[in-house]
Amino acid sequence: MNWIQVGLLSDIPRQGSRVIKTSGGEIALFRSVDDEVFALDDRCPHKGGPLSQGIVHGHRVTCPLHSWVIALESGEAVAPDAGCAHRHEVRQAHGLLFLNFDGELEN
Amino acid sequence: MMDTKPRLVVIGNGMAGMRTIEELLKMSPDDFDITVFGSEPRPNYNRILLSPVLSGEMRFEETILNDLNWYEENRIALHVGRTVSKIDRFRCHVETEEGLRAPYDRLLIATGSNPIMLPIPGMDLPGVVAYRSMDDVEKMLAAAESGKRAVVIGGGLLGLEAANGLSMRGMKVSVVHLCDWPMERQLDSVGGGLLKDALERRGLRFYLSRQTEAILGEERVTGVRFKDGEEIEADLLVMAAGIRPSIALAKSAGIHCERGIVVSDTMQTYDPKIYSVGECVQHRGQTYGLVAPLFEQARVAANHIARYGRMRYEGSAVSTKLKVTGIDLFSAGNFNAGEEDEELLLQDASRGVYKKLVLRDNKLRGAVMYGDTVDGPWYFQLMRDGTDLSELREHLLFGQVHLGDAGRGGASNVANMADSAEICGCNGVCKGAIVDAIIGKKLFTLEEVRAHTKASASCGSCTGLVEALLANTLGGDYSARPSKKPICSCTEHAHQDVQQAISRLGIKNMPDLMRALDWKTADGCHVCRPALNYYLMTAWPGIYQDDSRSRFINERVHANIQKDGTYSVIPRIWGGVTSPKELRTIAEIAEKYRVSTVHITGGQRIGLYGISKENLPGMWGELVQGGFVSGHAYGKALRTVKTCVGSEWCRFGTQDSTGLGIRVEKMTWGSWTPHKFKIAVSGCPRNCAEATIKDFGVVCVDSGYEIHVGGNGGIKVRVTDFLCKVESEEAVLEHCGAFMQLYREEANYMERTAPWIERVGLAYVRQHVVESEKERAELYERFLESQRHSQDDPWKARAEGKDAHEYAALATLGEVK
Repeated sequence: MNWIQVGLLSDIPRQGSRVIKTSGGEIALFRSVDDEVFALDDRCPHKGGPLSQGIVHGHRVTCPLHSWVIALESGEAVAPDAGCAHRHEVRQAHGLLFLNFDGELEN
Repeated sequence: MMDTKPRLVVIGNGMAGMRTIEELLKMSPDDFDITVFGSEPRPNYNRILLSPVLSGEMRFEETILNDLNWYEENRIALHVGRTVSKIDRFRCHVETEEGLRAPYDRLLIATGSNPIMLPIPGMDLPGVVAYRSMDDVEKMLAAAESGKRAVVIGGGLLGLEAANGLSMRGMKVSVVHLCDWPMERQLDSVGGGLLKDALERRGLRFYLSRQTEAILGEERVTGVRFKDGEEIEADLLVMAAGIRPSIALAKSAGIHCERGIVVSDTMQTYDPKIYSVGECVQHRGQTYGLVAPLFEQARVAANHIARYGRMRYEGSAVSTKLKVTGIDLFSAGNFNAGEEDEELLLQDASRGVYKKLVLRDNKLRGAVMYGDTVDGPWYFQLMRDGTDLSELREHLLFGQVHLGDAGRGGASNVANMADSAEICGCNGVCKGAIVDAIIGKKLFTLEEVRAHTKASASCGSCTGLVEALLANTLGGDYSARPSKKPICSCTEHAHQDVQQAISRLGIKNMPDLMRALDWKTADGCHVCRPALNYYLMTAWPGIYQDDSRSRFINERVHANIQKDGTYSVIPRIWGGVTSPKELRTIAEIAEKYRVSTVHITGGQRIGLYGISKENLPGMWGELVQGGFVSGHAYGKALRTVKTCVGSEWCRFGTQDSTGLGIRVEKMTWGSWTPHKFKIAVSGCPRNCAEATIKDFGVVCVDSGYEIHVGGNGGIKVRVTDFLCKVESEEAVLEHCGAFMQLYREEANYMERTAPWIERVGLAYVRQHVVESEKERAELYERFLESQRHSQDDPWKARAEGKDAHEYAALATLGEVK
């Protein structure tokens, strides 16, 4: 466990996302219309498109490059597409956002 | 007790009943206790594919739509081989022949149809079969193993498919038909004659205008005798004289029936607890024997059973195609011309091509095609859209020549293509893969094929070919598109419904709009949200607050995303005219930001590529200081106005095309449109600015300005239609604004001007933009009003700090190179 505070809920627009830069690549934080927050590697399993730049709808995001739809809870592509974007744990407390920053992304 | 779920009983385990259940499960899973009765001892299979099973091109297992696991997974109680014999509407239960009883809260009757068995002596002899179910196919196959000769009574769609199948199994087949030519309900005499010739070449024998008097034989069938006394021999006799809605059960329960079970637009029978769908149904006086209407009915019925209560079934237009490999015929609508109708004919005997189109008031009413059916879906679409064809008539018979021909050298006969032929060039999908998916994954619609194979899911230029493959694989039962297509799966409403609702209800924001139209999802999806945002913005200029979360990334950050996640920056260069000073500014900025590629675009501008997102605002700030504004090269918006140097320099130039182009661009820049919008102004008919493949093109002539609209130089090259000729630059501006505004207000989101004009007809555009001076003036004024609110430079605003969060990371963890 390595929970790191990464920002405020209000930093992310509703139905939008923000990016966290790490040495191992970028992580996208998404905020859904019902104010839940999800974190995925910012790479579409299809051709590596930046998911953070997609349209967020429900608990899903549509990749801006070729419109794959990725489920935010699991990182899985919605059928019939198949593939998975790596998921990270994220928690909210009192409007603060914490990311469980796993080892593989650390220097 | 209220904690039990309502019970839904379905009579009929066929395609209509199960499609309704599938739709219902999608809409409200787990809300019903579902019980299904089917009289055939099999799971639900695709009846359309019986013909390929008969001919040996497919196995029965491949036709199963829902296997037994599916019923189990969805907790559906399935009783196969059980025939419901009674509906007790008073006690609300049904009863099978064996006395099995099932109570219902809602009942769905999907009993389909029965083959018509003509009352001829000898009908009950062994060796006489109908052609309706898998059992019938098995009987025919058994007969084909032992016997030699088959007689098919009935030369309709079903009869010919049966005859062809048996012939492919090695039997000698004769077709007996009452009329003068086969498929008289789908074909006129010429088309029917061509079909007969083709089938005869494949070994079928026809007995036309013959009536069967008796079926001969003692222990089993040995032949048939006609009214005129002639007898022919037969080891197998197939009855394919047509189908009749199966209504006996409903009738015995006192449900109002005529030819079929009479249903309302909500697919309810006269007993409101009882719904009915499929071939057993009579709706607005029509009965249907094809699959496409059944799908539309299933969606409506499910919607009402699930208590959404929103949709109405308004009837279907149907088209037909014979599923006999190698024979191409297509028929739709009313093809027998009446007194008020006009006929257009094309006949090429040596190519074996015949086309007949029936028009009334310049609208297509019906089509018969033989030999070359690739334009079938297009004609069908024109028919259903009621497109005004006055401008198209001359070319109509030659078809939509652009249909899916990009890069394929016009190859359009999908039936003759090799399995390895690439259909979708964007995603590299071959014919074989698409056909396998249609069969293996049981796909019926274009959307399903797109989802599973990605074919035609990118640029869409092969849509026509994919539709042709669907039609070819599914045969008569594929209908191009539902007549009213929902925007996406979040809603049942079509684009036009939404546009109308916005103005009728005066709705000014997206949540209210979704609520008023019963959106099925909380906040829509990537397909509908940008559309709704666009419609609201067009309807309420200056009032509606643009929703950046409903914009595609390019329009949200005002730059075009590239494959590696970097962006391109393309400043506006008015009319394609620049100066050394401007070029120097661009060069310095490009060097400062280490732009990796500088490219001259097709729209006479300079594209800077490989910019990282966080550098965008800074770069824009410097461009704005240098006098540039955004080029909107990323948006569904006015892109460029391309010009030539015109009378200022060119020895052929007739007018100042450059100056006019700049005036047009100054007027139109910043406007959002349903799809991208390109303009060009050429100084003479040599047309160096390529104005006749633009959305709006001006070709200057000595006496004025010719205005052309609806061109496209991209996926499907389409030359513009000539709109009108005007005499002054002011008139060009007015027509341009009025045309753009009509397009902005009425086209579907993501519909370019070319398909829009093909849909509504050029006559319609002329009527509003050219013929009525008053309307033109009003459209123009509305365009200018809208422009008052949209001509602020988005780059300037962002360089000054707007939406800063879009361009900056939230946090940086660890050391990042």
